Amino acid sequence: MKVSGRAIIFGDNVNTDVIIPSKYLTSLDPNELAKHAMEGIDPSFPSRAKSGVIIVAGRNFGCGSSREQAPIALKYSGVKCVVAESFARIFYRNAINIGLPVLESPGIRGLVNEGDTLTVILDEGKIINESKNIIVKANRLPNFILEIIMDGGLIEHLIKTMRGERYEV
Amino acid sequence: MKPMAGMTISEKILAAASGKDYVRPGEIVDARVDMAMVNEITGPLAIQTFKRIGLKNVWDNQRIVLVLDHQVPADSVKSAELHKIMREFAKEQNIPFLYDVGDGGICHQIMVERGHVRPGELIVGADSHTCTYGALGAFATGIGSTEMAAVFATGKLWLKVPSTIRINVTGRFSDFVTPKDLILDVIGRVRADGAIYKAVEFTGPTISEMDISGRLTLCNMTVEMGAKTGIIEPDEKVIQYVRERTNRPFKIFRSDEDANYERTLEFNVDNLEPMVACPHSVDNVKPVKEVEGVEINQAFLGSCTNGRLEDLELAARILKGRRVRKGVRMLVTPASSEVYLKALEMGILEVFVRAGACICNPTCGACFGGHMGLLAAGEICISSSNRNFVGRMGSPEAQIYLASPATVAASAVEGKITDPRRFLGGA
Repeated sequence: MKVSGRAIIFGDNVNTDVIIPSKYLTSLDPNELAKHAMEGIDPSFPSRAKSGVIIVAGRNFGCGSSREQAPIALKYSGVKCVVAESFARIFYRNAINIGLPVLESPGIRGLVNEGDTLTVILDEGKIINESKNIIVKANRLPNFILEIIMDGGLIEHLIKTMRGERYEV
Repeated sequence: MKPMAGMTISEKILAAASGKDYVRPGEIVDARVDMAMVNEITGPLAIQTFKRIGLKNVWDNQRIVLVLDHQVPADSVKSAELHKIMREFAKEQNIPFLYDVGDGGICHQIMVERGHVRPGELIVGADSHTCTYGALGAFATGIGSTEMAAVFATGKLWLKVPSTIRINVTGRFSDFVTPKDLILDVIGRVRADGAIYKAVEFTGPTISEMDISGRLTLCNMTVEMGAKTGIIEPDEKVIQYVRERTNRPFKIFRSDEDANYERTLEFNVDNLEPMVACPHSVDNVKPVKEVEGVEINQAFLGSCTNGRLEDLELAARILKGRRVRKGVRMLVTPASSEVYLKALEMGILEVFVRAGACICNPTCGACFGGHMGLLAAGEICISSSNRNFVGRMGSPEAQIYLASPATVAASAVEGKITDPRRFLGGA
């Protein structure tokens, strides 16, 4: 599974309150949430992300609240994948569960500049920086997580697994 | 596999929940969930998603708790619609544990106070501060809405067994220095990402001495350093607290003597001072005396971190017979209707009203920055809550300082950030 896009860079400890501020959480409409993605840190983000982008961030991306609206807002604003030095655990799980690819790649911040064209090969745990002509290694996701992402999220995966009988792992 | 070393309490609970004798950090287990909690911000999305799965019934309607707390009473039609989804789901699925406006409060306080948390259990909540319940010796962690929908369907969840950081605490707190000051000190040292994916276990004589309320405050804020859960071995105090609230049986787990900790950090509170987390991150921690004098517009006393009876009592010791400084507004939000009632009966609420503070209904309220107590651009708030992120309590141009209930009360009286120890001896 491969995704490509231009890189948008963020720093350390980007929290879910800035990814999607609390006041928008009364909406259940993903497209409405997407209009406010990253509003707390960069109000121009939705217009920049529209064409399909890859976020490259520092440590602890998505820290703070458990709001799944955070990865949903990013996904629907045009984010194809988030690559970070490290993730906060709830955001990480939420992203996988809604089918937004996330990849941990220690050292990535120093190897990508704003606007670089990236291709992420998820099943190989590899990031190609086309602009700089380098290949960066990432922590490869375990197979069962890759399956969830490839199925389009946890529910789609669950429905597939459950077909015919009740889900048992 | 034969165990090579002992296990921590977290490892033992996860082993039991996944039907194993032994687990080790890094192992992925498929665990059975004992209780699952959602609030009206995360619940409707979980409910909508559960319906997409197409099952008629949830896995166990006695193990699901629904709480309306973030924006109550409804402040907008949109909120009212979310509340309605929660109520209808409870009815449809015959879930008895729906805590509605007037008979509830903040979800985490409800979970412990109404007997939904028992030692040794695995509890998931669609709210990051679910880690609070580790104070009662449960393994409790926050998850998202989609994952919660899967739990509603199956009662199971995959979890990676975390390694554990031990925080060993010795010494005695000085007057007006609190567990909140300790956990701010810990986060300042461990940093916001210092415990990502790990369990944080508190041990030591200071923890044994500490009341349940203080232990809840400690575990509550472990997520602010990225932890999967905060946890404390249950003792007699915990057993008594739980027995008073539920008849459901439970099992006590304790860490083995030779359990493996990733590292142990030692803290001594003898000389600990009141601490404050400065804007805009929870790990930007300093002694209060370094920021004394910063003028404030709002003082907030409440939240799942510090909205319990003990917190209100402490603040009332400072506010009794005094007034909130003119030009400052103080909001007091008891964490639950039970806390509200006790504070009322003890005359604590009267102290606040006489001091000129505004008593709000039990809700996440100002901490969540959703429907009340919001800050305007340029305003400064001192808050007993848990997050001081940009825009958390309103305008992205406002500033939030996190501190103990004592520091919040002292600052409200002075109109500027103040070391509460200035009020010792009833000056």
